[in-house]
Amino acid sequence: MSEAPTKGARWAMWLPLGLFAGFAALLVVGLMWPADKTVKSRFVGQPLPEFNLAAASDDRPGLSRADFVGGKPRLLNVFASWCVPCAAEAPQLEALRQAGVEIHGVALRDHKPELAAFLARNGNPFSRIGADNLSVVQVGIGSAGVPETFVIDSKGVIRHQHIGVIMADDVPKLLAKLREAEQ
Amino acid sequence: MTAEFGLAALWLAAALAALQLFAGALALTRKGEALGGAVRPAAVVQGLLALASFIALVIVFVQTDLSVKLVHNNSHSAKPMLYKLAGAWGNHEGSMLLWVTVMGLAGSIVALVERRLPEKTMLATLAGQAFVSLGFYAFLLFSSNPFTRMAPAPEGRGLNPLLQDPGLAFHPPTLYIGYVGLSIAFSFAIGALITREVSPAFARAMRPWVLGAWIFLTLGIVAGSYWAYYELGWGGWWFWDPVENASLMPWLAATALLHSCSVLAARNALRAWTVMLGVVAFSMSMVGTFLVRSGILTSVHAFAVDPERGSFILALLGIYIGGALTLFGLRASTVTEGERFAVVSRESALVFNNVMLSCTLGIVLVGTLYPLLAEALGQQVSIGPPYFNPFTAIFVVPMLLVMAVGPLLRWRRDEFGRVRKGLILPALAGLLVLGLAISWKPAHVLPVIGLALAPAIGIASLLPLRGRKLRQVKLPLWGMVFAHFGVALSLFGMASDSAFTSEKLVAVNVGEKVAVGPWQIGLKSIDPVAGPNWTALEAVMEARYHGGDAITLHPQSRSFWSPPQQTSESALVTRWNGQLYAVLGDESEDGRWQLRLWWKPFVPMIWFGGILIAFGGFLALLGRVASDLRRIVARNKISYRRQRQGR
Repeated sequence: MSEAPTKGARWAMWLPLGLFAGFAALLVVGLMWPADKTVKSRFVGQPLPEFNLAAASDDRPGLSRADFVGGKPRLLNVFASWCVPCAAEAPQLEALRQAGVEIHGVALRDHKPELAAFLARNGNPFSRIGADNLSVVQVGIGSAGVPETFVIDSKGVIRHQHIGVIMADDVPKLLAKLREAEQ
Repeated sequence: MTAEFGLAALWLAAALAALQLFAGALALTRKGEALGGAVRPAAVVQGLLALASFIALVIVFVQTDLSVKLVHNNSHSAKPMLYKLAGAWGNHEGSMLLWVTVMGLAGSIVALVERRLPEKTMLATLAGQAFVSLGFYAFLLFSSNPFTRMAPAPEGRGLNPLLQDPGLAFHPPTLYIGYVGLSIAFSFAIGALITREVSPAFARAMRPWVLGAWIFLTLGIVAGSYWAYYELGWGGWWFWDPVENASLMPWLAATALLHSCSVLAARNALRAWTVMLGVVAFSMSMVGTFLVRSGILTSVHAFAVDPERGSFILALLGIYIGGALTLFGLRASTVTEGERFAVVSRESALVFNNVMLSCTLGIVLVGTLYPLLAEALGQQVSIGPPYFNPFTAIFVVPMLLVMAVGPLLRWRRDEFGRVRKGLILPALAGLLVLGLAISWKPAHVLPVIGLALAPAIGIASLLPLRGRKLRQVKLPLWGMVFAHFGVALSLFGMASDSAFTSEKLVAVNVGEKVAVGPWQIGLKSIDPVAGPNWTALEAVMEARYHGGDAITLHPQSRSFWSPPQQTSESALVTRWNGQLYAVLGDESEDGRWQLRLWWKPFVPMIWFGGILIAFGGFLALLGRVASDLRRIVARNKISYRRQRQGR
């Protein structure tokens, strides 16, 4: 018992520290130069799929793919009256409309009376609203939930996807994306 | 007010941790010995203050105080109470606070009850514990304050809907108790290295903590795996996801530590190795936390992604793991050696198990980090089951074989011939199943090996009971038998899941019927339903096993609105011989509904086995604690008698 350890054994005692140093170096590299991990919908850059939705409210027409072709780039806003955050982004949508942006709405699994009440309460920035009762458009453009907003250029191609509520500081960003889509 | 109280308690707890560290460190020197008396009380109060702070956070969440930024970001007034509670720890800041709370409370318990070790080692241990805690307090107070206020917002954002599940509400705390329990083992190892007191007494003092942590880790992994299985709707139970690996790695290290602790406690051997595993086990907890929190690896769980926090945790990792391993390098050579043992002995089997577990740990660690390494070299790769399954099997299969034999061997020296007879039965059972499985022309090798090993190990795990009076068998032995039998059951579940699962991916009209395995399933209707904070489409299905009675299934596809997300709630039918698993997909353009159906024979054995493993650990812990208590009572009686006789 308790004889002096051999040289080899003494060297082995430092091995864990050496391994850990290599591991730590790897983590430092990973932290300093993070890879680009922004998740983009695979539909960005793709044309809108064919669809034709009935009108979701009495005072706005329905929506089809053809409504996005020609003229200036437009916004497509996926929303619903049962969606609480959708009410929160209403002022920003109104601001975008006043800046001259045409906004088309896709009402997801909604009912006419509730939708009318929602629009009366929060304002109606949409020029057309399609009723997407079966999530056809939602799934077709790679939207995971409500609200989501897409920038569509005048050829009907999806140029940008905004996930979640549009906050006040997102408005200039969306306007920039719309201008970008014009080129 | 509550939030401010919580923050104040957190600062005070940090201050006491500093006191605990400095008093403990000074008490180890000759001049500062008088300070030693302050260490235990400081540890106790520190734990209570951390608990007070955590309770304050829970209250803030229960009240849905939206002026607290963390509540606003993670809660919503419309949420069910259970998830308001779970919201308190279902986020980065809250879970870090839970971490220091568990750590502080564990420190309090050590300070209150542990009397076995030399006082100096004890002080060094508590100082080490305070040192680790201080880093996490600093992290909370300077980088992740859970009590930050903001201008009151109209409504909160809600908890990630995937996390809105009763199982998951309790999953993170379970794992955390496991992770943090290992911090005690870490501190014991540091204390023992500082005072060079690595002895059987040290192993006995550390063992209940390792056992307790290991039980919680096991339960946490089992729960997490079952959650992933039914909630994600993919029908799989293990994905080698970085977050899963983060909990598996400390478990592997803790399993090895548990076994080497036994060797050290019983035979005073494997000293340096046990200390080393004590350091590694907790290091793996921290590394796992780092990998999950820093956003350095992408994962399906995608938690708080924040490089600044990542740097902070990396600095902590460097200080604690680097520091502990440096200490190990300096001191370990003075604690090595110990009792010798022959090649065929219980010790040897346990050393083999330790080495295999460590190699498995290495394989998992390399696989988890490889994408990072490849990225540094400019490549994007993802690593999954094709790497992990065969490479871990290389080490796990021999380990399982030795696990069947090891418990039959005697300590120190044994003859293999002595145990050979007992092994005939398990070996025959294994070979028989192997023959059956091969004749059935399998597609893969690993499930066949698993199917053959499972009955062999199952029978072998009962052999240590042979020739004993069952009533007199001690609890730790029962614990081992249960745990090893649980391993066999889990293995059986895993192997039969990958060998026998039948899967159907179909699109059907309402009214149509589908067959999967022995089941006939009819889609009756699709109805909209609404919950407290979600709406869903629910399928009503009728399932008949071999044409028997109808069982109704209700899989849903749910839409949450705050934050918006869709989840699928699978429907399960559990029978003694397996599980039927149904998921409702999207509606296709022609009005048919996509269904995913699985018949998974014996799959529940995976988790049932896991629970048995944890139960085995619990029995062992109970036995150890009971015998410790008996020893304390006996010692008190003796000293009481001596006192009386002295009079």
